[in-house]
Amino acid sequence: MVARVRLRFAKRGRLRFTSHRDVARAFERAIRRAGIPMAYSSGFTPHPRISWAGAAPTGAASEAEYVELGLAELRDPDHLARDLDAALAPGIDVIEAVLAVAGTGKLAERLDVSVWELVLHGIDDDQLRPALDSLLAATTAPVERLTKDGRRTIDVRGPLVSALIVSESGGGSEAPARVSAGGATASCAILKVVVQQTTPVVRPDDVVAALTAVASCPAPISSLVTRMAQGRLMEDGSILDPLTADRDAGRVVSSSVASQER
Amino acid sequence: MPVESVWPRLEPLLPKVRKPVQYVGGELNAQLKEWDAADVRWCLMYPDAYEVGLPNQGVMILYEVLNEQPDVLAERTYSVWPDLEALMREHGISQFTVEGHRPVSAFDAFGISFSTELGYTNFLVALELAGIPLQSRDRTGEHPLVIAGGHAAFNPEPIADFLDAVVLGDGEQAVLGITEVLRVAKSGGWDREQTLLELARRQLAYVPRFYDVDYAADGRIARIARSRSDVPRRPSKHTVTNLDAWPYPKQPLVPLAESVHERMSVEIFRGCTRGCRFCQAGMITRPVRERSITGIGEMVAAGLAATGYEEVGLLSLSSADHSEIGEIAKGLADRYEGTQTSLSLPSTRVDAFNITLAEEFSRGGRRSGLTFAPEGGSERLRKVINKTVTEDDLIKTVTTAYAAGWTAVKLYFMCGLPTETDEDVLQIAQLAKSVIRAGRVATGRRDIRCTVSIGGFVPKPHTPFQWASQLAAEETDRRLQLLRDAIGRDRSIGYRYHDGKPGIIEGLLSRGDRRVSAVIAEVVRLGGRFDGWSEYFSYDRWMEAAEAVGIDVDWYTTRERTRSEVLPWDHLDSGLDEEWLWSDWQEALDEREIDDCRWSPCFDCGVCPTMGTTIEIGPTGRTLLPLSPS
Repeated sequence: MVARVRLRFAKRGRLRFTSHRDVARAFERAIRRAGIPMAYSSGFTPHPRISWAGAAPTGAASEAEYVELGLAELRDPDHLARDLDAALAPGIDVIEAVLAVAGTGKLAERLDVSVWELVLHGIDDDQLRPALDSLLAATTAPVERLTKDGRRTIDVRGPLVSALIVSESGGGSEAPARVSAGGATASCAILKVVVQQTTPVVRPDDVVAALTAVASCPAPISSLVTRMAQGRLMEDGSILDPLTADRDAGRVVSSSVASQER
Repeated sequence: MPVESVWPRLEPLLPKVRKPVQYVGGELNAQLKEWDAADVRWCLMYPDAYEVGLPNQGVMILYEVLNEQPDVLAERTYSVWPDLEALMREHGISQFTVEGHRPVSAFDAFGISFSTELGYTNFLVALELAGIPLQSRDRTGEHPLVIAGGHAAFNPEPIADFLDAVVLGDGEQAVLGITEVLRVAKSGGWDREQTLLELARRQLAYVPRFYDVDYAADGRIARIARSRSDVPRRPSKHTVTNLDAWPYPKQPLVPLAESVHERMSVEIFRGCTRGCRFCQAGMITRPVRERSITGIGEMVAAGLAATGYEEVGLLSLSSADHSEIGEIAKGLADRYEGTQTSLSLPSTRVDAFNITLAEEFSRGGRRSGLTFAPEGGSERLRKVINKTVTEDDLIKTVTTAYAAGWTAVKLYFMCGLPTETDEDVLQIAQLAKSVIRAGRVATGRRDIRCTVSIGGFVPKPHTPFQWASQLAAEETDRRLQLLRDAIGRDRSIGYRYHDGKPGIIEGLLSRGDRRVSAVIAEVVRLGGRFDGWSEYFSYDRWMEAAEAVGIDVDWYTTRERTRSEVLPWDHLDSGLDEEWLWSDWQEALDEREIDDCRWSPCFDCGVCPTMGTTIEIGPTGRTLLPLSPS
């Protein structure tokens, strides 16, 4: 491996129904079609060196997914991003690529929090606001989730950093199409939440479950959730872009830095 | 007129179902054409779950052949699992295509590919969900023409009432011919009857409604006859020749979801004349037509570039039989050495040459298991089924395999073959033990494994065994138990088996006539779907349905037919001469084998003269050159 490239990509539209495994397979095939010179693991069945950092759940869209590729030959990250994006299905879209700079730390460790946008169909702001207030006022908000190992209880309140209703006066301009299962346009509320990455991770549907179960909000008919950002939570409440470290260091150090990588 | 997509109403339901990705489309190389720009619109279906249906080569080929026509549009649909089916019924959402999420009922033609009869219930569910009347007679000009194809369609009689037309044999040219008729029919404002008549007259398809079936007092068929003189007496199968001219799929579909075949397939030849008497595929796809070594090389290169797959399967009914398979294996292995591309050869015969091939294919890679299919446990029984393998051959082959580094061998067998006795079945255990012994001697190791996999034999139409009695489920299960006891506690031998019950239902549907359609409809009404999946298949439901509509399942399955009986598929011409089929059945009972016509004189099965075809095989003498780096 002569270099590592860190990518930000999006999972949009109907492709949000892909699972993490689906996305991983799509990447492996797109990498082969795009002719990206991957480094391979050794052993009987060599695998391309791809490291995933936290994946959005099946059904959730995302504007901020991250992955790291190990290369056998150095490539310009912008070209690589363009070639890979062209080989991927529309809807899995590469947004940015940077060369990993040695000494900047692991990518996964820079992803402390997720910013989620929840479009909740079938409820309006007036129903959502009191529920959200009581959720934020609570010290714990346990919800049940069905996992492979049976039911388990997760506290939603602890990892919930902040929550804000952003759909004032009928919703923002960038709100996605709102059609309910019946086909009719229905009322809808949009919520923006910042959640810490804990184990087990609190997913957007857990937040919805907490709003309905703990804070007695009416259940939405359906919800559309999108991860808007991931990164490190700064003291001022802003989120630090996880690729900043490589981008900044890359500017200082010459591009030949890649040769110093293992 | 544009057609409304069901997507906006489907999307909110998807978070509630298992593996929603299978319903969203988005496959690499899928095509979404503008609805209004197309003159003729096809919806193609494989009637099983997406993960099974998507990799189907037949559907993929027709999809591309049709979409290559500028004014033709083809989309695909697959069976939806019961969780989504329930939601679709609740919300009034129609069966939809995965590209455009368009309702199936809006298309001109609805083509369904039946590899197995166990897809019949799923087909009826799809018709229901599409809002298309089940019975052909009840459909009007608003509904698509419902057209079946695939191997099971060689006896479409159990679903004939639900079909408007049936394509026998290779579909590539037939779908284009049908498309031409539909184009003329649409612009000329023909009614349904007139369109179907034209398909029948032009020998493009078998149209069941133009053939009447009369029954005798004893329940057997008295007569099958055309109801009008301007349709063929015996509709016949289509045969594509010169496979190099049909290099499909050129752009294989690559799903986002995981499927049962995570590889690209290249069909290296079509047809098989090994003459295994149980094998319907080998009988109905004659003669052998090879793709040339260079044609194969081009398809592999183009397909890998178009898909990004890392495995290529060389597909056919018996791939090691290609006249230049050695050169193909070596040429491809040379080309792709060091590229993380692996090659595989399905269906291997028991033949030491295959080990050489397998070594070529696994160059530098892992050698885990090899599969062979002796099918019959004893040499006597293998003569009956014309699978000429001696025990010596088998031992020699596996010895070579173990010596070359493979540590596990899987052996496929069938239970309930004609004339089979307990002794024949018990010999499978002996064979497995000999295989283990030979492997230990060859390698000096103890950790040698052999897996025996066995299922019930189902007699199929258009084969010499079409007259045979199928073994009753209880008797199949007794013999399987006997074998299990004989294998005993030997830890080095694995034992996998399929019990006899599903085979009986497959038998009913394989050799059934039009009266069996009532059973299928009743099973669907009782909730039957996904019959190829053991967690959904219910033998009791099938038996209950048969009882309810007055069908005697034994009569269709375990009863041996006589020479004079009119079989439900007798009016459908696969090219095989009925005299020859009968004499081959008699030879089977006499334990006499027959050679392969590729390397011995013609034995008059009848296909070539009837269909106007000839064997198309190499060697061409050409070789695969290294690919120049692009």
